[in-house]
Amino acid sequence: MKGRLPLAPRHDEIDGVEARFGMPRRQFLQFCAGITAMLGLAPSAAGAVAKALLQARRPSVIWLHFQECTGCTESLLRAEHPTLEKLILDVISLDYHETLMAAAGHQAEAARRAAMAANKGKYILVVEGAIPTGARGNFCKIGGQTAIDLIQDCAPHAAAVVAIGSCASWGGMPSTAPNPTGASSVAEILGRPVLNIPGCPPNPYNFLTTVVHYLVLGKLPELDDKGRPKFAYGRLIHENCERRAHFDAGRFALEFGDEGHRLGWCLYKLGCKGPETYANCPSILFGDVGCGSWPVGAGHPCIGCVEKGVGFTKPIHALAELLTVTPPTQFARPAEEQGQGGTLATVGTVAAIGGLAIGAGARIARNLGKLPDEPPPDAGEAKR
Amino acid sequence: MSAFSVTHEAAAIETAPIGGRLVTRFTAVLGLIVGLFAVVVAVRFARGIGAVTNLNDGYPWGLWIVYDDFIGTALGASGFIVAFVTYILNRGAYHPMVRPALMTALFGYIMASLSVFFDIGRYWNAWHLFLPRYAQIDSVLWQVAMCIMVATAILLVEVLPVVLERFGKHGLRRKLDRVMFLFIAFGVVVAVMQQSAFGTLLVIFGPQIDPIYQIDLLPILYLTSTIGMGLAAVTLEGSLSALALRRPLERELLGRLMKVGQAILAIFLVARFADLAVRGVLPRVFQPTTVAIVFWIESALFAAPLVLLLGKAGQRAGRLFVAAMTMAIAGMMYRFDAYLVAYHTGPGWHYFPSLGEMAITVGLIALEILAFILVIRLLPVLPRRHPSSGAGRS
Repeated sequence: MKGRLPLAPRHDEIDGVEARFGMPRRQFLQFCAGITAMLGLAPSAAGAVAKALLQARRPSVIWLHFQECTGCTESLLRAEHPTLEKLILDVISLDYHETLMAAAGHQAEAARRAAMAANKGKYILVVEGAIPTGARGNFCKIGGQTAIDLIQDCAPHAAAVVAIGSCASWGGMPSTAPNPTGASSVAEILGRPVLNIPGCPPNPYNFLTTVVHYLVLGKLPELDDKGRPKFAYGRLIHENCERRAHFDAGRFALEFGDEGHRLGWCLYKLGCKGPETYANCPSILFGDVGCGSWPVGAGHPCIGCVEKGVGFTKPIHALAELLTVTPPTQFARPAEEQGQGGTLATVGTVAAIGGLAIGAGARIARNLGKLPDEPPPDAGEAKR
Repeated sequence: MSAFSVTHEAAAIETAPIGGRLVTRFTAVLGLIVGLFAVVVAVRFARGIGAVTNLNDGYPWGLWIVYDDFIGTALGASGFIVAFVTYILNRGAYHPMVRPALMTALFGYIMASLSVFFDIGRYWNAWHLFLPRYAQIDSVLWQVAMCIMVATAILLVEVLPVVLERFGKHGLRRKLDRVMFLFIAFGVVVAVMQQSAFGTLLVIFGPQIDPIYQIDLLPILYLTSTIGMGLAAVTLEGSLSALALRRPLERELLGRLMKVGQAILAIFLVARFADLAVRGVLPRVFQPTTVAIVFWIESALFAAPLVLLLGKAGQRAGRLFVAAMTMAIAGMMYRFDAYLVAYHTGPGWHYFPSLGEMAITVGLIALEILAFILVIRLLPVLPRRHPSSGAGRS
């Protein structure tokens, strides 16, 4: 893999980074190192990542919104460290995005068609939101076209289709039963797998890292059977949760605000879906503010938003299905033993052993004086 | 190649099993203690660590780790130090001490390994340590485990000649002698690395260790105090076996070693107080806290051998023994103080070793002494004695 990576940028190449991305050079390189680590590439690949970001041909991106709340876009824009939107907007050419573009009405639709024609087969299509199939798709229309028509218009000529958020990935919240609009995922509409980045909202870094992977290596990252990048959705939350030790020890919060909840115990019995949800939330956190900044860290059970059939399907309070371990039927008392100090017996024993040692030592020291000495060794050595 | 030639020449110093009865009143008492130890060990494995120890989530380490591991291996450093002095510094005169010191060291390290095995909760996974695929090379405790294992393996090789001699495999022995200098040098390196690592282990506790013991010079202080303890162990072992077996004492050699110990302790004390002064912690030791009190007791114990060993009187057998004992106790106390007394993990947490923990530690020590007696009686460890100097006593 190393051989295919471009070399690290020269110093003069990286000089323009302040003006271009609006962040100090050092911060830019730190960001590249972080992305590299997230992708699981060798640390030496950080230079290649930086170079790719600096030299990329700014792929055209068309971003469609359907049945959604724009939360995915919002979370991407709110990423603060580094100012992600600058990086995104500079590295990619965002030719169509309803929330962000200045154009409106027919002008906007014309821009989309122009970009599609100019970059035929090369643009990246990002879809945010579920696609309604009920009432012949009439629940969602943009510029006179239904969501189904739009996606079937844009997808065939795209180099890659990315479904961002749970709605586009598997239906998400709009598909909650009884699903009156017939909300469906992008993959269901297109009838083929696409790259899914589920989450409500997904972590912006998971999207960004996927884009960087595409820019650096020229292909999409490895996906799991649900079309999700393995680097982000390969591990069970439960196995990486900071509260896991409490689960194993049988210390559970039973009610919001009870003692266990305030002490930070496991939220499994409050309906945490961590045991059946695959995502990297406990590792990379949200909002760039440090420790504990993810739902479980903040004291709320995971709702399993990335998993079809879990998020927006199972009630929040319902117990998760345990995919890996089941807790024992009987736990020890949840109280933590805080240990005990010395008792009469233990301190007495230590004192007795100490006294015995000192007494024996004194007696041995006295007796040692009566022993004969070995002849000085130097004499023997001289003979040799 | 000089190390090799000395090693080879050293074979000229004759050693022999001292023979004698294995069952005496002393060994019977030790046997009883070991029996009690076996019962407690059985309870620990049947009912878990909580059944026999006072360990808890706030104090996951206690007597076993601090005494059996940190102190046991520090006393076990004696073997490496004597081997270093004899073979690397080429002081052939110390040769009679090498085998007993290596034996003591080996038993010290085996005790450390055993107590780790008692102390880890999932002992059935202990074999993972031997497989590189399970290695967590960023873990300081992994490094500690590796060091103990490597040091034990090296010590086993270093005492192998004793066994080969006993069973008359002289050809094999000569072959081993030819590469022995490698093991001796490597053993010194591992022992030094390990003892400074034990000290640096405190760093991971951060502010939970009182500033008096969370020291910048941890590796140096642990290394110097270990050398002191190792030298003390040589002297104690030499004095005790001379007394118990009514053999002449190698007072001259022990005296010289203790002089080295004296210098090392002086370095230790200077470094200890300089570190406190540089970090601005000195006022803290004058406050009436438990940590400050144990600090002063321990520092007095470290300083005592400096005085005890002064002048001609300091070279008398009794004096040497008392100085060695003080030196060893000072080193022990330093480790107990740093790892248990100066450790505060938050309000409400307590630890004092339980009777069960003490039974296992005392039992391991008894086991070690028993093994030593067995080995010197059956294997050529101690120098052969001239028939004129009288028969060995049990």
